[in-house]
This record gives sequence, C-alpha cells and structure tokens, in this order.
Amino acid sequence: MDFISILSIFVMACFVGYYVVWSVTPALHTPLMAVTNAISSVIIVGALIAGAAGGSDVAKYLGLVAVVFASVNIFGGFAVTERMLAMYKKKERKS
Amino acid sequence: MPGASMMHETPAWASLAYLVSGVLFILALRGLSSPTSSRRGNRAGMIGMLIAVATTLALHGTNLVEIGIAIAIGGAIGFVTARRIAMTDMPQLVAAFHSLVGLAAVLVAGAAFLNPEAFGILDAATGHIHNVSRIEMGLGVAIGAITFSGSVIAFLKLNGNMSGAPILLPARHVINLGTIAAILGLIAYFVTDDAHWVFFTITALSFLIGFLLIIPIGGADMPVVVSMLNSYSGWAAAAMGFTLHNTAMIITGALVGSSGAILSYIMCRAMNRSFISVIAGGFGAVEGGAAAAGKVDRPWKRGSAEDAAFLMSQAEQVIIVPGYGMAVSQAQHALREMADLLKAEGVRVKYAIHPVAGRMPGHMNVLLAEAHVPYDEVFELEDINSEFAQTDIAFVIGANDVTNPAAKTDKTSPIYGMPILDVEKAKTVLFLKRSMGGVGYAGVDNDVFYMDNTMMLLGDAKKMVEEIVKAMAH
Repeated sequence: MDFISILSIFVMACFVGYYVVWSVTPALHTPLMAVTNAISSVIIVGALIAGAAGGSDVAKYLGLVAVVFASVNIFGGFAVTERMLAMYKKKERKS
Repeated sequence: MPGASMMHETPAWASLAYLVSGVLFILALRGLSSPTSSRRGNRAGMIGMLIAVATTLALHGTNLVEIGIAIAIGGAIGFVTARRIAMTDMPQLVAAFHSLVGLAAVLVAGAAFLNPEAFGILDAATGHIHNVSRIEMGLGVAIGAITFSGSVIAFLKLNGNMSGAPILLPARHVINLGTIAAILGLIAYFVTDDAHWVFFTITALSFLIGFLLIIPIGGADMPVVVSMLNSYSGWAAAAMGFTLHNTAMIITGALVGSSGAILSYIMCRAMNRSFISVIAGGFGAVEGGAAAAGKVDRPWKRGSAEDAAFLMSQAEQVIIVPGYGMAVSQAQHALREMADLLKAEGVRVKYAIHPVAGRMPGHMNVLLAEAHVPYDEVFELEDINSEFAQTDIAFVIGANDVTNPAAKTDKTSPIYGMPILDVEKAKTVLFLKRSMGGVGYAGVDNDVFYMDNTMMLLGDAKKMVEEIVKAMAH
C-alpha cells in the first residue's frame, strides 16, 4: 500500500470516529475511555511482529515486553469495560 | 510462511482480516450509544482484537512460546486488576492503562528502529530505513513517550501519590515550547540522518515533555488531561499503523484519537475554558491564600440528618446532585438506599450529573450504576436543569463549583461562564459538605451556602447519608 492510500483510510477513519463518538451517550463516557484504551492496544500487532522476528535480539525482547504491556491493557480494558457495562440497569418495572 | 516478514507484501486475506477487525472496533464504539447495545459492542471489540492478534501470529508464526508467555503474563495482570479495582479508582486505572499503551508504542518504535527489516521498512537499495517511515516512527515514538510520562504523572496525581496542586516551574512556557520545537526539529533531521543518537534523543526529550506538560495542571482539570492522554494513545497507535501499513491500527488509532479529542472538548466546554488554557496549566494554584483572605463571615443555616429526612420525605420531587465528594467518601450505596426509602414514600427521585463532576468523563454515572441506581433516573445537565425550579429539594452531595451561581453572574469569578446546575432555584437546597472551610477546587465561595432556603449538612458524605437513612426508617 502506498502512503496516500493509507492516509485516505486514516482521514476517513477520523471522520467515522468523530460521528461515532458524538453518538455515545454521556452516561457511558467512562466505559468509552476504558474500551478505547483496550482497542488502542491493537499496537500489540507491532509488538508481535517484533517479538516474532529474528535478526535483532534487542528488538525481539523490546517486542516481547511490549506484548506484555499491550496484553495487560487488552485483557484489563475489555474486562473492566464489561464489568462496568454490566452494572448499567434500567428501572425494574413494578409488577 | 517463509518470506512473510516483508510487511509490504501482506497477503490479501490478512489485509482483509485487519480491515474486519478495524470495522469491529468501530462497532465497539457504536454500541456505546445506548446501555442496551453496549455489551454487544464490547464483545465486537474483543472479537476484533482476537482477529488482529490471530492474523499477525499466522503471518509471523515464530517464537510462539515466548509470545504466549508474554500474553499470559500481561493478560493475567490485566484481568485480575480489572476485577479487583474499586469503581471509585477508575480514573487512576484508566491513566495507568494509557501509560502502558504509550510505553508499548515506544517499545514497538524502538524495535522497528533496531530491526527495520522485520517491519518491512528497510529500503533495499540504500540499506537504510525509508524516509517516510522515519517520520512516522519519529512521531510514533514521540507521541508514545509523551503519553507514557504524562499518564504516569496523571496517575500519581489521581492516586494521591502526588499533590493535585499544580507545580509551576519558572519560565515553563519557554522550556515547554523549546522542548517541543527541539523534538520536531530532530524528527525532521531524522530524515537526513537515521543515527541512533537522533532516535534516542527524540525519545528522551518526549518523555521529558510529557512530564513537564502535566505537572502544572491541577486536580480539577484532570478530566481534560485524562481525555487528552486517551487521544494521544490513539495517535501513537495510528502513527505506528502508518509505519506497519496496518489498517486495523490506523482505523483504531483514528477512532481513539478522535474519541479522546471529543471528550477533551466536551470537558473544556463544561468548564467554559479553552483547551489552551487547560494545557497551559496553573488553574487553582493561588486559591488557598486568596480565597481564605477574601472570605467574609456570612450567616448560614445548619441542619441535622433528622431535618433532612423530614424535609425530603414531605417532598414531591428530590433531585440529587452528586460530585467528587461522594466518590471520595464512597457514599453512592448509602445514597441509593436513601433514594429507595424516599421512593417508597412516593417521592420522585432523580439524579443530575454535571459533565465535569468527578475526575473523568462519566465518572458519576459509573458510580451510581455500581450502586444499582437505574440509568433512566440519571440525567445530564441540559436535560434536567429546567426542572430545579419545580423541584422541592435539591440534595447536593460532594459537589460545589458545578452548583455555584457566581458562574452566571460574577464576571470576576474564575468559573464565570461555566454552565452550572441551577440548584438555587429549588424550593430548598440541602447541601452536604465536609466543612464550611473548604471551597471547592476553583477556590471560590458559593453563594448557595448562605441562601435562606439552603440548609447545610456538615459531615462525611457517607456517614451523613447513613444517618438520614436511619432517621427516615422511623
């Protein structure tokens, strides 16, 4: 992929992000931060490439350490979001 | 697959898989438009992440044991932390998570710099890293490092390991702008010379500027800071996505980047402050002396838990206004008990949330949800503000600045122009506060304390609410 195609995806995604985030209800802004935290750990892709590659030992260990950090975030971020979302309940209808 | 390490020749199926995971991340955020669809959204996000990780492992299937161990260690730490963390500590946790994204970005950029071949960014003709990649990598490492050190400071301030008061260095604006200029200059220079010292100096200066940028920002501005760092962690992921030509990373980075930016904007608007003035810092630095000196003794009424219980049980509608003080004393459960008793007596109970109540966007909503307050009883400022005039009792618990009418009338007040909850319009205001001494984060006195229709309930928020509950029970 050339730079311009990548830039196009990026710019379009910024617009998608803009509209999607404005539609998030303010009551869920804390879960929003927690889940964006989890998904921004998609940086683990870069960490995995570094951790899997031969050639430079230093690069490999930097990658593995990055995998640990990103994993903390992925598991922690999704789990804490799930925990918070499970607490949001509607009023129980009176029977 | 041998030769698959050349990123630029990512097979079509893998590119598609990354695209799918990017779309799933969009759906994860989309789900948060309502509490009913939110959990489905979160699952979509998990699947997206699984696809991204599995695709990468399928493409670069070596060192699987070491990678598995790394994921297991990180995953276990993350999972246990997520399960154990108290909801009141959520701002700290989010700040800590941001710092990890930042640090991971720095490490990945470092690995890419040391082993460019593995990342497919080596120009075979010259044996050096591609020029475009150098800029992307430079930006990625800089933003990552700022996110890391900034988040560490935010964490320490939120967690109380460091005073929430702004720390003001002399000539800090000159130092900060100089450091930022040096970082940008070095990133430009990096294109002509990919020497180690350039890369490592960019990294070191960025760690430094992240630290310098956050220390002058006071506790009350933390919601903006946390949102801003959220945004940075996204841009760091996007920059690394450019380096790796990876659509999942670019889409996610853009989403998270805009999300954090929008939240910062919402928080700034809710305080009527410009983003620049928040970043410049120093808000609330001189409050202590000035506020204490300028204080005049004015008469105010003190009420007891029994008075409060009696007044509220006679009311038709009570609006509860929670603030950071409620979080500090963990009063949300007692508060919900009180609301239940009121409802049993036929009183309508609603909650009014100011956008900057608490230490992060949506903080109060989560705490109330934790105490099993139904989310359809909880209202945002613009939806409920007109109702105070027809309300018998506004019950303010641990909030101060967000109820201060000076924001509407006093042009000299530091909070002038900030949208506030019009509690003073209610027939009676019950104002629960630790003592008459403290004056909130902006350091301004609140006229509501001295109004004829205000009754001050002084004491620890949780204890006071428990006493009210006791008084109501008989």
